[in-house]
Amino acid sequence: MLDNSPRFAALPAAPGVGYKPQHFSDILKDAAPVEWLEIHAENYMGDGGRPIAQLRHLSELFAISVHGVGLSIGGECDLDTDHLARLKHICSWLQPASFSEHLAWSTHDSHFLNDLLPLPYTKATLNRVTDHIDQVQEVVGRQMLLENPSSYLAFDESTYAETDFLDEVAKRTGCGLLLDVNNVFVSATNLKIDPYAYIDAFPLARVGEIHLGGHDEETDDHGAPLLIDSHGREVADPVWTLLDYTLEHSGPRPILIEWDANIPEWSELADEARRAATALQKVPA
Amino acid sequence: MSKIMKTVAIAGAVTAAIAAHTTGASAASKEKCYGVALAGENGCKAGAGTTCAGTSTVDYQGNAWTLVDAGTCAEIELPAMADGTAREGSLEELSRDLPS
Amino acid sequence: MSVSQTAFHTALLDASEAVPEGLSDGVGHPAGSRFSVYRNNVAVSLTEALELSFPAIVKLLGEENFKGLAGIFLRQNPPETPIMMQYGAAFPDFLAGFEPLAHIGYLPDVARLEQAVRVSYHAADATPVDPEVLQELSPEELATARLELAPSLQVIRSPWPIHQIWAYNLEEGSPKPTGGAQSVLILRPEFDPELTPISSGIAAFIIALLRGETLPEANEAAIESEEDFDLSHGLGLLLSAQAITRIKTGEDQ
Repeated sequence: MLDNSPRFAALPAAPGVGYKPQHFSDILKDAAPVEWLEIHAENYMGDGGRPIAQLRHLSELFAISVHGVGLSIGGECDLDTDHLARLKHICSWLQPASFSEHLAWSTHDSHFLNDLLPLPYTKATLNRVTDHIDQVQEVVGRQMLLENPSSYLAFDESTYAETDFLDEVAKRTGCGLLLDVNNVFVSATNLKIDPYAYIDAFPLARVGEIHLGGHDEETDDHGAPLLIDSHGREVADPVWTLLDYTLEHSGPRPILIEWDANIPEWSELADEARRAATALQKVPA
Repeated sequence: MSKIMKTVAIAGAVTAAIAAHTTGASAASKEKCYGVALAGENGCKAGAGTTCAGTSTVDYQGNAWTLVDAGTCAEIELPAMADGTAREGSLEELSRDLPS
Repeated sequence: MSVSQTAFHTALLDASEAVPEGLSDGVGHPAGSRFSVYRNNVAVSLTEALELSFPAIVKLLGEENFKGLAGIFLRQNPPETPIMMQYGAAFPDFLAGFEPLAHIGYLPDVARLEQAVRVSYHAADATPVDPEVLQELSPEELATARLELAPSLQVIRSPWPIHQIWAYNLEEGSPKPTGGAQSVLILRPEFDPELTPISSGIAAFIIALLRGETLPEANEAAIESEEDFDLSHGLGLLLSAQAITRIKTGEDQ
């Protein structure tokens, strides 16, 4: 009988990292304290070769989170059904412990812009995002997590706070949420809101995974701080503090370290994961 | 060559190829490292902030682009073909037009 | 007022367009250069994808030239799929039609070679046939045999010395190109594509096999291209790289 049940049914409430091929042998040698890995779905949509072989091997050893970065769930156009089929395919052969995507758009007029672009939080956007998530969960055949974006600007037309918007989407679709604490800090700084109030308003019970990553600091036209979600350095101290606050209210969750640019040696990434493990140890289960 | 002769020749070539193969001419064991990513990858990082890559209105006007401070193409210079007839494969055209 | 994704999209790719109205910094100032963060993300990320896929072209032109060129290309050819490993398939043809680079005639073919390398890298895995199977075929069976080749196998033919140029830029210690037409065979015995310059006869042989011609027909095609073509050498190349995935003879065609 073919056993198609997933080896890892859920992500552990432990540190994970975004998988980079240059860390393959380090991970096989000694991954501690990293207990699970996240991949960007689109990088494993080739037909074969090393990427797929590595992923197949790692999935025998670690719980895997499939994180899509190209579906354009907030797009004004219909979802790309070819792409949806590719996501379904990877989820069915890999049987990942988690599947997530972003509250953003990236495709318009059949052009994929390779960035997570912002959305106005209006009734029209809510209806569209809800329809698209219903479609995704139906096609892929499982619950997805939706991630809060990092924002550099706001839409005058928005009528919902981001937290209310995400709460409403989750209620309507039954999807879970992926809370990126660095994104909260970046957006809150950029749009001058209180990141702690954001966490207070966030439906933490629906959070299936937490993201952390590094950001860069710049300034806008008025000299105000403008943080860029670069994923190119260690997680900033105020973000760790915000994580502690979040965990106090949410309880333990799987925590991912994202480091996608200026990729460090494995030891440095493992140090970040160790810091996440320490944050988790402080939280009563 | 007759059809039979050709068939014999092909069979002979097959035998020779396999003989070479089994006597250790295999390249399969050679591990050559081309790096881990041979193509662009997707990600969810942000780029270079507010620097000019996305905002220059000059760079991407095709007619405004010129080759400056050239890379290795400036080092590549080939003689004309030995028999002097074919331009094919010769980079002499490049060597004439190299930016100085 | 509402900002449509059409307006956002247009202003993203064309910095001479005004930033759409209705976007702010959260406390009432117009978004201004904050919009540039998104403009940069698009331009920088697509440029990086092209740089990773066409490293020899980056070396040939120099990084700054390449970035400027990528800026033109990405605005004329934004990705049509979310899969970045496929982005830039149109780049060789773009180079061929790009007037300011017309004097570097070999550029498009070197880009085609790099495109073929990454196609090979991500191609489907395939199980090679046991060479014994070929050995056991009778001469009559060999006369009608058609060989199926691994999806990772690629052949690029060029009137330029593209392998020399590619190696000079990417393989340390390679000599300066000396000229001559070159064909290149890309094989992926395991996970790493290997590039081998091949004679015109071997190129013709493999291309004929890829077209579905029989072994004798492919042999003819090769001899037509190169009088001294050595079939055992051509077959040996394919066998050593485990590139033959199926042999079809008379009855199973």
